[in-house]
Amino acid sequence: MSIGHTLLGLLESGPRHGYDLKRAFDEQFGHDRPLHYGQVYSTMSRLLKNGLVVVDGIEAGDGPERKRYAITDAGITDVQQWLATPEKPEPYLQSTLYTKVVLALLTRRDAADVLDTQRSEHLRSMRVLTERKRRGDLADQLICDHALFHLEADLRWLELTAARLDKLREAVTR
Amino acid sequence: MTPPAGSLLSAEQLRKAYGPTLALDGAEFSIHPGEVVAVMGPSGSGKSTLLHCLAGIVTPDSGTIMYGGRELSAMSDAERSALRRSDFGFVFQFGQLVPELTCVENVALPLRLNGTSRKEAERAALTWMERLEVDDLRKKRPGEVSGGQGQRVAVARSLVTKPRVLFADEPTGALDSLNGERVMELLTDAARSTDAAVVLVTHEARVAAYSDREVVVRDGRSRNMERAV
Repeated sequence: MSIGHTLLGLLESGPRHGYDLKRAFDEQFGHDRPLHYGQVYSTMSRLLKNGLVVVDGIEAGDGPERKRYAITDAGITDVQQWLATPEKPEPYLQSTLYTKVVLALLTRRDAADVLDTQRSEHLRSMRVLTERKRRGDLADQLICDHALFHLEADLRWLELTAARLDKLREAVTR
Repeated sequence: MTPPAGSLLSAEQLRKAYGPTLALDGAEFSIHPGEVVAVMGPSGSGKSTLLHCLAGIVTPDSGTIMYGGRELSAMSDAERSALRRSDFGFVFQFGQLVPELTCVENVALPLRLNGTSRKEAERAALTWMERLEVDDLRKKRPGEVSGGQGQRVAVARSLVTKPRVLFADEPTGALDSLNGERVMELLTDAARSTDAAVVLVTHEARVAAYSDREVVVRDGRSRNMERAV
């Protein structure tokens, strides 16, 4: 995820301090990984340098100065472009799992074992996500669903490969 | 044979052939009260045959099945039928509701067959329909409700006798994702709250994710992934 674009997007509704930005980010997107303050400040100084935000005001306090940031027109255009650009679909053609299966076949090990073990591990993750989904709110459900569908896609590949192991063995050991 | 400690239903060395086709070839299984076990595997791997043997619907050619300390394969057909009515519940891919009966009559049916009065049976049926969020359909007939609703009615029917083991064969196979998940949530919550064991046959990982562990069946042999890891 592009943290820069996400923070910019959060500024579109009005100027915020770095701390507010971190809080808003964590609340909406940081379910597993809250932002570090360092990340927020380094990202904001980059956005500042590129003219995508400006400092809207500074509050002096006991600690370090608290800068309030506002998005610029260039910043709004940048968010718009980011949203309009599709993400590159990752084809994962040379997946580790494929390599493991082929290697197991080449070395005359039990490739079905490799697949069974992987299925079990995937299901373990899916159980954790399913449980979190059951207890969570709509945002949790959507985030978990995204992860679940990806794991499910892996498993569908795994089942198909399991069904074709004999053919694959013939092909790779020929 | 000694069943695994604390298991409610267990099977060892099950073999079953249909003509020249070996459906089960040394399959094993065990489940504890309150546990949800997914039985997975490709089509034709023997998972439905395993379920049918465990439920006493099909008799294996050899091997033993123990239920609550008794050997299922040593019982007479009549004893097994009685056991299925009193201790087991069933949900299939298509609800298999009786089209001529209303939804509440469908849910009450297993109790009526066991001799419970109509009033009492329908009162219990309504309680389960409320839990499955379909009590508003009580007077409708199966043809008048959606697939998802019908399946919830079928789940309510399977639980109305408070079975100790619930057998579910692709229970969400005919439903879309959202309905399927809701059925799984309600089914597993209801089963866990009554400490029923659930034998869940599915080829869908998202459905299997509602289980506590999975058993994989391939070429008639089973593999318990909990022990394997």
